[in-house]
Amino acid sequence: MSKKLKVATVSLAGCFGCHMSFLDIDERILELIERVEFDRSPLTDIKTCGPCDIGLVEGGVCNSENVHVLREFRDHCRTLVAVGACAITGGLPALRNPLDVADILEEVYHSRPGLAKGAMIPNDPELPLPLNQVHPIHEVVKIDYFLPGCPPPADAFWKLLTDLLAGRTPSLRHGLIQYD
Amino acid sequence: MSEPSHFKLDGEDIPCRPGQTVMQAAQAAGRYIPHLCWHPDFAPHGSCKICVVKADGRTVAACTFEARPGMQVENRTPEMDDHRRRLLNMLFVEGNHFCPSCEKSGNCTLQATAYELGMANFHFDHFFPDRPVDASHPDVMLDFNRCIQCELCVRASRDVDGKQIFALAGRGIRSHLIVNSASGRLADSNFAVSDRAASVCPVGVILKKRVGFAIPIGSRRYDAAPISAEAQPSPPPAQGERP
Repeated sequence: MSKKLKVATVSLAGCFGCHMSFLDIDERILELIERVEFDRSPLTDIKTCGPCDIGLVEGGVCNSENVHVLREFRDHCRTLVAVGACAITGGLPALRNPLDVADILEEVYHSRPGLAKGAMIPNDPELPLPLNQVHPIHEVVKIDYFLPGCPPPADAFWKLLTDLLAGRTPSLRHGLIQYD
Repeated sequence: MSEPSHFKLDGEDIPCRPGQTVMQAAQAAGRYIPHLCWHPDFAPHGSCKICVVKADGRTVAACTFEARPGMQVENRTPEMDDHRRRLLNMLFVEGNHFCPSCEKSGNCTLQATAYELGMANFHFDHFFPDRPVDASHPDVMLDFNRCIQCELCVRASRDVDGKQIFALAGRGIRSHLIVNSASGRLADSNFAVSDRAASVCPVGVILKKRVGFAIPIGSRRYDAAPISAEAQPSPPPAQGERP
């Protein structure tokens, strides 16, 4: 049997919905696990990405940690795939883009009604700083393939992965390319 | 009436009559040329250029170029579809086309055309423009974030409804859709939900209120089959009828 391919997955500014849809490949995951080994992923809880064949990135880039992780994935993954509407377009988090990030933080954590007394904008040095805008990941690193959808259908994940495992350029038929 | 002449569309014979555009002849023969601003009920506008074809080696818009007998037209070639994808990329990044929250998703010509062309990403940097919506009218809302400036609403309001409610203002990157009322709000115009302009928008700008998301995912217009599958040959014109 040939060596298993290494796959890493991550959710940046995403909701993990793409990961859930990925798991909707159901029993096919048993077939998949015969051929791939997961590296960094919420499925393994490995925290840093080693050398991988395929990286699946869900979510856009909304803070400094997202940029760091995305660059780590690009450095370690031979093939990097943008998964889902947020990774490809910025998606829901990008709806904040026309607004000023300082105004948003001020309203959400400080000035809106219903907050506890003394509420203030979180400033723990361990918190990653938000970027002034949310960006699709192809604006930060080179992306090899794109899997659109909110989330992409499980069959689209399966098609993409089986194409890549077979050494083919992934191609998605009608119904597997969707933006919603 | 004489027998129609023919031109070649991707190597296939397509009948054409004098005065017919490449788009009209292809449409009548049930062949799909991707398009956004063209609509069979209105005069061609020639602005979106999604219907770009190569006619005898010249790159032209199929909706404005007259079909001539013997002409060789390239339509769904990798080169033409590449051009179309780039144009679609630009339309998507210029506005805020957030499909997951759009009522028009699944019934949207822009989205369906991008699916048809296998467009999985948007290539360019997104603009994220700040465009307010106009929900002032009791029956219809306007979400300018999705406007592709096809001017179908402009043509429908002017040529069918006789009202001239919509227009494009500004130039270049600043060009945008405006409403013809003193306040600029739709509620202050004489727009009505029964207007042709209320139902002609190919994207999710002009939306009728209280009917959004009524059709479940899976049953929407472009869920089952791609937009190209809608092209059907039209019946031949009756004797003496103007084609």
